[in-house]
Amino acid sequence: MAERPKWVPGDIDLERPSVARVYDYWLGGAHNFAADRAVANRTLEAMPELRRVILTNRTLLRRMVRHLLRLGVRQFLDLGSGIPTAGNVHEIAHAVDPTARVVYVDMDPVAIAHGKSLLADLPNVVALQADIRDPASVLGDPEVRSVLDLDQPVAVLMIAVLHFVPDADHPCGIIADYLDALVPGSYLGVSHSGGEQGEESAAVAEARRRYSEQVAPMVHRTRAELISLLGGLELVEPGVVRLPHWRPDSPDDVDESADRFPGFAALGRKP
Amino acid sequence: MVAGAEAFARTWATAVIGSSYVPMTRAEVAEHLQSLTEVLVEALIADPFRTAPGYDIGARLVEAHFTGTDTLGRTVQLLGDDLLTELGIGVDGRMESRLSALQGALAAGYARALRERTLAEQEAIRAAVLDARDQAETALRASEARFRAMFTEAAIGIGIADIEGRILDVNQALQDMLGFSVEEMRQYNIRDLMHPEDSGNVWRLYDQLIAGDCDHYRAEKRFHRADGEQVWTHLTLSLVRDDHGEPQYQVAMIEDVTDRHLLQNRLRYQALHDPLTGLPNRALFLERLGRVFNAVGGTTSRRAGLCYLDLDGFKVINDSLGHDIGDQLLVEVGRRLDHSVSGDGKLVARMGGDEFVILVEGSASTQDIVNVADRVLHELEAPIKIGGHELTVSASIGIVERPLEGTTAADLMRDADITLYWAKADGKSRWALYNPERNAREVARFTLSATMPAALERDEFYVDYQPLVRLADSRVTGVEALVRWQHPEFGRLAPDRFIELAEETGLIVPLGRWVLRKACEEARRWLEEFGDSAPFVSVNLAVRQSRDPELVRDVKRILDECALPPHHLQLELTESAIMGTADEPLEALRALSDMGVRIAIDDFGTGYSNLAYLKHLPVHELKIAGSFMEGLRAADEEDAVDAQIVSTLVQLAHALGLGVTAEGVETPSQAKRLHRIGCDTGQGWFFARPGRPEDIDHLLRGGL
Repeated sequence: MAERPKWVPGDIDLERPSVARVYDYWLGGAHNFAADRAVANRTLEAMPELRRVILTNRTLLRRMVRHLLRLGVRQFLDLGSGIPTAGNVHEIAHAVDPTARVVYVDMDPVAIAHGKSLLADLPNVVALQADIRDPASVLGDPEVRSVLDLDQPVAVLMIAVLHFVPDADHPCGIIADYLDALVPGSYLGVSHSGGEQGEESAAVAEARRRYSEQVAPMVHRTRAELISLLGGLELVEPGVVRLPHWRPDSPDDVDESADRFPGFAALGRKP
Repeated sequence: MVAGAEAFARTWATAVIGSSYVPMTRAEVAEHLQSLTEVLVEALIADPFRTAPGYDIGARLVEAHFTGTDTLGRTVQLLGDDLLTELGIGVDGRMESRLSALQGALAAGYARALRERTLAEQEAIRAAVLDARDQAETALRASEARFRAMFTEAAIGIGIADIEGRILDVNQALQDMLGFSVEEMRQYNIRDLMHPEDSGNVWRLYDQLIAGDCDHYRAEKRFHRADGEQVWTHLTLSLVRDDHGEPQYQVAMIEDVTDRHLLQNRLRYQALHDPLTGLPNRALFLERLGRVFNAVGGTTSRRAGLCYLDLDGFKVINDSLGHDIGDQLLVEVGRRLDHSVSGDGKLVARMGGDEFVILVEGSASTQDIVNVADRVLHELEAPIKIGGHELTVSASIGIVERPLEGTTAADLMRDADITLYWAKADGKSRWALYNPERNAREVARFTLSATMPAALERDEFYVDYQPLVRLADSRVTGVEALVRWQHPEFGRLAPDRFIELAEETGLIVPLGRWVLRKACEEARRWLEEFGDSAPFVSVNLAVRQSRDPELVRDVKRILDECALPPHHLQLELTESAIMGTADEPLEALRALSDMGVRIAIDDFGTGYSNLAYLKHLPVHELKIAGSFMEGLRAADEEDAVDAQIVSTLVQLAHALGLGVTAEGVETPSQAKRLHRIGCDTGQGWFFARPGRPEDIDHLLRGGL
């Protein structure tokens, strides 16, 4: 009876880098271990501008949540939330409306355990360990249902996570399953690693190779591919764009490298 | 507000943005840094001078998540390069010293705060790891507990063995099922659980499974229990493979189906046994009989026998004493049969009602079965006491015994059944042995009986006539009509071959009518040709005919149609036909007699005539049976008794005013004696044999 059932979390192996902890390290956090830092640094060596890319991605989260708040959304489902760190969704949201409801979902048991200890005293925020590729078990979770009112609009956030879902896992179907459960007026916010065909530099390709091998396989998608993933949604201006171009706080935030930024962002509304 | 502080804050923001992640917009960063700049400026010019605000600013940078160390480097550099200039503060030794002190304090405060933050975050992430591990452990323990509970509490027996067949674990249900503890079970190898009744399939599939050629199979299997009993099970054996796909364990799921099995057995028993006597029933008997014929080795040189038994007069017991008594009687008979016929290869079954059958397989000879039948009849001789009644029963048994070769189960059954009826017909309380010749006769009889109606239509019957001669002058006064059957297969048949059959089947009525018509037509012809010297015709009337309500009308119509005066017709009936009847036939005879038809009693003296009654009957003639003529046959020696009887009968007839005809007259001396006795008419070979109508013509023309 040595077999472990699939639904019991695997051994928590600190020797194996985790997507969430590597990301935390790049953001300047210390929620990480030597193995995470080693691969994070090796990837950075190949692609020194990666730190800025990561920071930009993080600022997108802030911009998107703030915009959603302006659009009146008060419920957030953050898929692939990672290690809770400065500028988390609930912090951004609660600055505007302390009653805003937030659910963090990640498959990393350590990230979620940390989240639970941080969020223990907050009534409208929960963290759930689950595989985001299983919408039914996420949306069916009793804790999730106790926080989110699915009769009201919900913003589903897939920030820097869809590029971990290969086509074989049917990302389109996963997105559709989430949105089918939500009322019209709900949103899907996405940031996704990618670029146009042949655009990827050797450095970026090498960084992606190192990361894919040692942390998690990652897929680049083109803008067109991302548009098709979001088919059926009304895209909020400016549509699917390079990440820095998505509603920048200030023109100063957009420099000449923005057009070659290795990732896209988009916000779509369920009609 | 110190002039220039705002400008410095903007420069500061530009320098540090991108060096750390802070959850703020560019404007918010500038705003935040401006407030820090103001604190810095105040500290720079404060009196007395303190470095604490510098320390505090370092901490607040970390707090705002300016955790990238580049932020500190750029900040310290910017403070040194630009601050005093931007603020328009004169660069003197005191200020430079203060600024350096503040830069140092800021760096120290930043380092201290970052260190604190890093330690706290490391602490937090390690705590999270522990939490997550705890949770995983808990989940795993819960999962294992659930699986353990499932294994332990399962109502189905579960056992796990390694690939060599060593039993590793068994759950409670399996321990209970087999009566062994888990420790005892661990002593066993799977192959020790082999049961002699296992089908070869079970272990062939087991070998395939162990070899990894199949992943699971189901089978019916029996196990020995610790207490020596047996348990019937449904077994499902599954193979568990390791990560490389190699066979690792085998898991058996075993369901106890003993109750179901026993129920099936009981249902099968019930379906194959008679509930009243507990004996095998017809279905089981036929199955067993079929198996005798299908047995391995074929039918060569093997024999078998059947006794088909039926109680005599059982219906009377049932009807008079009730079904309860009847049932108890059957139970006792069944018990006695079972008792008297025990042993291998013998089977007693109740076929239904009061019919039983005994099968003897592998008999050596017919005598074996006869012995069985004798024993059974003997066993049934002792009276049976039921509810105060002492019942004596007997049985009739049909026996068939023969080699299996050349016969079938159906043949045996049919022949035994036929033979049972022979035993009944032969007088009951006995056995009869099947006899192919007798059967052939019966079959022939049956064939005759079955073909008779068609024969009548095809005119296969014809009528012969035997003269009735007046003894006084040897004149032919009448002729007796005697029916014959010219059978296409069997040739000419005398009445004794078919009249009885016709009586049984009822065909005697149309046949008799046909003979009557033939005879009347002939009589009419004679009347026309010979006038007053034409003979009357004497036609036999069977018992069944005499009771036919249409008799009088038929006779009248035929006489009318033939235009034959009634006194030219005589009807012959046997004593029993006349005496043993109720009123109605007598009425008919009276009507016929009144019509003018003569009535004769045939074979007089052989039945039991009520002599007192005789004088009231509408009878004209007595025909004395030929058997009495025996004693009058020889010329020299006369049987005094016979002579006396004939003489007395003649006197009696005359006393009643009846004519007398003697049948079976074969010799001149008989004729002479009868004449002397006073008998009126004679019939027999001495005068003439039965012959065609033309022969009678000849006689009438020329005389005897």
